[in-house]
Amino acid sequence: MTGVPLVAYLALGLLLFTLGVVGVIVRRNPIVVFMSIELMLNAVNLTFLAFARYLPATGMKTTRDLAHGAMAGQMAVILVMAVAAAEVAVGLGIIMAIFRLRDDLDIDEMNLLKG
Amino acid sequence: MFDFPVPPVDWLAISPIVIVVVTGMLALFVEMIRPKRNNNGVVGVCLLGLVAAAWAVGVNFGQPEGELLAGMAVRDRFGLVFELLILGATFMCLLFSEGYLREKRIPFGEFYPLVLWSAAGGMVMATTRNLLVVFLGIEVLSIALYVLAGMSRSEERSEESALKYFLLGAFASGFLLYGIAFVFGATGSLHLGSLAAAWTSGEAPTRAMLVFGLALILIGLGFKNAFVPFHQWTPDVYQGAPTNVTAFMAAVSKIAAIAALWRVLEGAQVLSVIWLPALSAVAILTMTVGNLVAIVQKDVKRILAYSSISHAGYVLVGVLAHFKSPGEIGATTVFYYLLSYSLMTIGAFAVVSLAARGGREVTGLASLNGLWKRSPVAAISLLVFVISLIGIPPTAGFIGKFLIFRDALQTGLTPLAIVLAVNSVVSVYYYVGIARAAFVAEEAEEGEGAAMNPALAGTCALCAVGVFAAAFLFEPLVSFMGLR
Repeated sequence: MTGVPLVAYLALGLLLFTLGVVGVIVRRNPIVVFMSIELMLNAVNLTFLAFARYLPATGMKTTRDLAHGAMAGQMAVILVMAVAAAEVAVGLGIIMAIFRLRDDLDIDEMNLLKG
Repeated sequence: MFDFPVPPVDWLAISPIVIVVVTGMLALFVEMIRPKRNNNGVVGVCLLGLVAAAWAVGVNFGQPEGELLAGMAVRDRFGLVFELLILGATFMCLLFSEGYLREKRIPFGEFYPLVLWSAAGGMVMATTRNLLVVFLGIEVLSIALYVLAGMSRSEERSEESALKYFLLGAFASGFLLYGIAFVFGATGSLHLGSLAAAWTSGEAPTRAMLVFGLALILIGLGFKNAFVPFHQWTPDVYQGAPTNVTAFMAAVSKIAAIAALWRVLEGAQVLSVIWLPALSAVAILTMTVGNLVAIVQKDVKRILAYSSISHAGYVLVGVLAHFKSPGEIGATTVFYYLLSYSLMTIGAFAVVSLAARGGREVTGLASLNGLWKRSPVAAISLLVFVISLIGIPPTAGFIGKFLIFRDALQTGLTPLAIVLAVNSVVSVYYYVGIARAAFVAEEAEEGEGAAMNPALAGTCALCAVGVFAAAFLFEPLVSFMGLR
């Protein structure tokens, strides 16, 4: 193993994930909030791939196990991407529906529901 | 070169899920060719499909248990019984939907297939030990629910609830996935079964990754289960979404989320020293906050939302009691509690759905006034549900609560048992408020409250009878389910 160590990938993933979480909490436009969530998912993908690449470091026995493990991690990334795409489709639909009803998209203004 | 063996597919094991999904597709076709006056054809197809899926589950009862599909699915009593529970709850929700959707002026035929697919997601969650499949199940369940919550497109409240549900749901999925990634990194596998070995043989970094990953997974599942402090979306979404969708969310989504939590905790049993205290605190918070905030609510759907939060807390106590001493306490308590909870919650929301009329829906407590005069069936069944939600014998709600209380005492979770008992007393106040509103003499404002329709009356009656039947037939029911 030469090149970039696993820890670097994990650190970058953690940074991206944290940025995403902070974005979800502080931003007020639902589209930007949603972009932040996508950032979180990308951090997840990076983490999955890094782990899939560096699995030997975690002490697995046979090459067959290793191949299975690496495969599982890469499959996970593809499934996460597919699910994220489905979420985009539904999410943007909901945001469009709201925009038609009220012509503005500030989350702080969405306070019809409270008690 | 790595060869990729195609695993043998055991179609019988996944047939309940396949039947539900295919029924949804069939229902879409029927929706295309139906006469536009009503959705009866679509409803009929969906209900038949659910019955067929339940039958398929019954066939699976006799089959050998174990891992299938290369560890992606699992067939055991727990999963099968939870599948039955999800199918039954979905059946009840669909039964009373049509009249309500008509009154609300949103009679979209797409509603029914979406509900079925959502239920299929829940069934996937109950029958797997693979973390990635758990995630897929959650997403199938949730993405359909986001659409359903926003189904009343001309109503701002419905859209607002859909957006809140969507953003927080996706946020929670992010946490769940990040947790799965770390568990994968520590174990080299997405299967929950490899967690224990990685913990016992692993060194400090591996263990740290496992704890971190598990904590994130539990946060993600906590959102889905609406545990405090991850519950803020629940009242808003429950209030804004169409009432039949709320009933579905409250019942099916909670059953599935508890099942997934069960599977994860089962896999992480070796770490129970770490998560047991944390989840105990969450259970105490969930029960207490849910009940206390419910007291000051003025909207029936919001009250029921907070009530569902506190009930999630009660179930969590049952789950923890099992994992405190798995040899002694089986899954019966949790299953039975969820059964009784589904019956009374769906029934209560069915009665509340009477408030829709001519595209409008007012769900303040006062909207129930005069229900006794308008529709005695609805009023009496609401009384039954309230009695059961409080936990007064001889209802299923009482037995469920009693079982959890007993398990908690037996396993030494005495503080949780005490908090549960105190909360049951506190909850009497707002439940009685609901029942009293229904029996108040003076009529609600002019023109409010839909006429009763046979399907709705049938749902109310079924749920009300079920609440008593589940109590009186406790022994045969439990032995039929074959849970320990």
